Amino acid sequence: MRFQMVRRTGHPDFLDLPWQLPLEEWTSERLVDVPTGISRHVVRFVEYRDAVYALKELAQRLAEREYRLLAELAGLSIPVVEVAGVVVERSSGDAEELDAVLITRHLDYSLPYSRVLGVSGAGDLRDRLLDALTNLLVRLHVIGFFWGDCSLSNTLFRRDAGALAAYVVDTETSELHPQLSDGQRNQDLLVAQENIAGELMDLTAAGIQHGLDPEETGAELRKRYDSLWCELTREETFGADQRFRIDKRLERLNALGFDVEEIELIAEGDGYRLRLEPRVVEPGHHARRLFALSGLQVQENQARRLLNDLTRFRQDLEQRRGAPVAEALVAHRWLSEVFEPTIAAVPEELRGQLEPAELFHQILDHRWFLSEAAGRDVGLAQATSSFIENVLRSGDPETRRLDPLVTGGQAEPAHD
Amino acid sequence: MSNITFDHLIKRYTPGAAPAVNDLNLQISDGEFLVLVGPSGCGKTTALRCLAGLEDITGGRIIIGDRVVNDLPPKDRDIAMVFQSYALYPHMSVYENMAFSIRLRKLPKEEIDQRVREAARILDLERFLQRKPGELSGGQRQRVALGRAIVRSPSAFLMDEPLSNLDAKLRVQTRAEIARLHQRLETTIVYVTHDQVEAMTMGDRIAVMREGILQQVGTPQDLYQTPNNLFVGGFIGSPSMNFLTGTVSSDGGSVRLKIESLDIALAGRVAELARTRGNGSSLTIGVRPEHFDTAAPGAADTMRLPASVDVVEFLGNEDLIHTTVAGKDVVAMVPSVRGVKVGDQLELHVLASLVHAFDPQTELALTGSDGARPAPPPAVPAQAPAPAAGTD
Repeated sequence: MRFQMVRRTGHPDFLDLPWQLPLEEWTSERLVDVPTGISRHVVRFVEYRDAVYALKELAQRLAEREYRLLAELAGLSIPVVEVAGVVVERSSGDAEELDAVLITRHLDYSLPYSRVLGVSGAGDLRDRLLDALTNLLVRLHVIGFFWGDCSLSNTLFRRDAGALAAYVVDTETSELHPQLSDGQRNQDLLVAQENIAGELMDLTAAGIQHGLDPEETGAELRKRYDSLWCELTREETFGADQRFRIDKRLERLNALGFDVEEIELIAEGDGYRLRLEPRVVEPGHHARRLFALSGLQVQENQARRLLNDLTRFRQDLEQRRGAPVAEALVAHRWLSEVFEPTIAAVPEELRGQLEPAELFHQILDHRWFLSEAAGRDVGLAQATSSFIENVLRSGDPETRRLDPLVTGGQAEPAHD
Repeated sequence: MSNITFDHLIKRYTPGAAPAVNDLNLQISDGEFLVLVGPSGCGKTTALRCLAGLEDITGGRIIIGDRVVNDLPPKDRDIAMVFQSYALYPHMSVYENMAFSIRLRKLPKEEIDQRVREAARILDLERFLQRKPGELSGGQRQRVALGRAIVRSPSAFLMDEPLSNLDAKLRVQTRAEIARLHQRLETTIVYVTHDQVEAMTMGDRIAVMREGILQQVGTPQDLYQTPNNLFVGGFIGSPSMNFLTGTVSSDGGSVRLKIESLDIALAGRVAELARTRGNGSSLTIGVRPEHFDTAAPGAADTMRLPASVDVVEFLGNEDLIHTTVAGKDVVAMVPSVRGVKVGDQLELHVLASLVHAFDPQTELALTGSDGARPAPPPAVPAQAPAPAAGTD
């Protein structure tokens, strides 16, 4: 028998479990009952101190593959159960070969779909469950992950500030590619639709009133998926003086939890065609990236905004040069030609009202509103002057942030 | 039901890279069980995925029936990718488990009922239709899962290494199940495997691929008896065909093959092929282990290879003997009654009609002017049991 464990402290060694028996025959004080979805394998749970671990018995090749894939997904910032290890080359007392066992840490506070849907008056949660699964599937497809068996059973849900967050728990039939074809995405959706319908019919057969139409729910997932995928990948055409629309699009993607790897602008007639390459982001990713590029230490959302501006600056620079420019060089030039001059343009007595990164962010916001109102791009210098005169000189910018005209409708609660 | 055609199919994963599938031309007849086989990276799975619509193709056409399906999404191709095992819904009956996917396709109730009952009949599940999956054995549950694919009644089933995760015993059992199922269903099956034994035992025809290129397509017998090239000769058959390369010397009457210090007298058809290639030319001969014997068959066109025995593996009725012939490893499978022992110096005999000849440069099989190839092996071993030609 061989244990292959993730190099990480905190997990037990699991050596006290009866590995020489098929999982189904185990009797151990560590075994606990946890509600689960439908699985084609034997799945049982064990408890160690404050953590519960799921054990899944399956063929060694599949177990090792799933072990690798789950670790890779975690590395790619996909919400996924934490893989703890895999036990292979097991044999029984009479030397009969036993299947391998994959060990994952059970997601604390997570709910299987049957729990989410079975709660009376959970109408809103049902809707959020679909949203969460849609978002997860799109995130997986963005990174080139073909699930192969997308279903409610292969997903766990966790409450997340009023919404639900979905986590991948099963990657047995999955593949990671550089990019997915439309056919692969379609196949995943087809399987998901059928699985969801089957799972809902099964809940009905079990006497659980979930209030959902199996066929319509599967179809609704596809509808939501198509809409989100389109938002992420659709090409957009705009006039040469309407580049502020790039910002708007990037902000929408950021709000959905995605970032943009690359912007491609193709000159077309009097305008441009915009093509984006979205990718999934992890918490704190933008702050770390901006710091690495520019040395600026800012909050996550500020970093996201500043990076978007840097991306736009790079695109502009490369278009003028007609050749790619190294990222480090772009960051240096953006800092010295855009960020620092903008901050320096603000009179010293007004500059202290806000941190530099927040100041820059608000000037970008201000420019966006000016451009939107004018129906054309407004330059950064003009926007900075306007911001100084109309915002900074007229009072507390923190109060201004509550004005939807300034904040783009994203009013925030007033500070005490 | 429909024919499937790969018409000059090319698939490149990245522009400029070597194609994963290179100009594949292959026709699969309606109802045929075709196996795509080859080593890892040969393009077999890519070809299947292109057929399924999971991969965009770079060039050529894929035709199902009379429709070019290059741009059709998977769901519109009327094919079913068969998973190794679908999860079954525990609270639904066997009938409901099989029916629900076609219910989603809005088929009339009567047709759903007819398809489920027909699938249950084919799978011997009629008695269990009202049972829940928990009341079935493992094998029965697997058949219900297959039933979910069968009720769709697709033009073809696509299977990608479906047995690879099963243990040896279950693999043999399921292999037979799938073959039986194909006989009953009479639906086209395109089946991918890296295992030539699986291919030989299941396929009506086998397409052997290597580095994206189709090497040969034919019945299992065709591939076994008349491989087109060294690769197919070595890939098909277990244990693998032995190859020996040497220089031809012909002095009017006799034709010999010089391999290192060994001089083998060629006979029959191989001698004719060697003579045609000419004195001093190189030639590779191929002999399947099971075509050797240590006892002389008594036929005139027999070739003899002096060998020293290194290892003997007892397989029951036969021994697998690992020998050295002119410094090369040569494996032979001989009846156990020959009593071969490690250290024996003996002669391996083979009928010249069972010897394959290849051009070592092009790796292609050599055929005579009449296109003749090695003869099929005799149905029953011609040799009578005889004492081993050992040294002791």
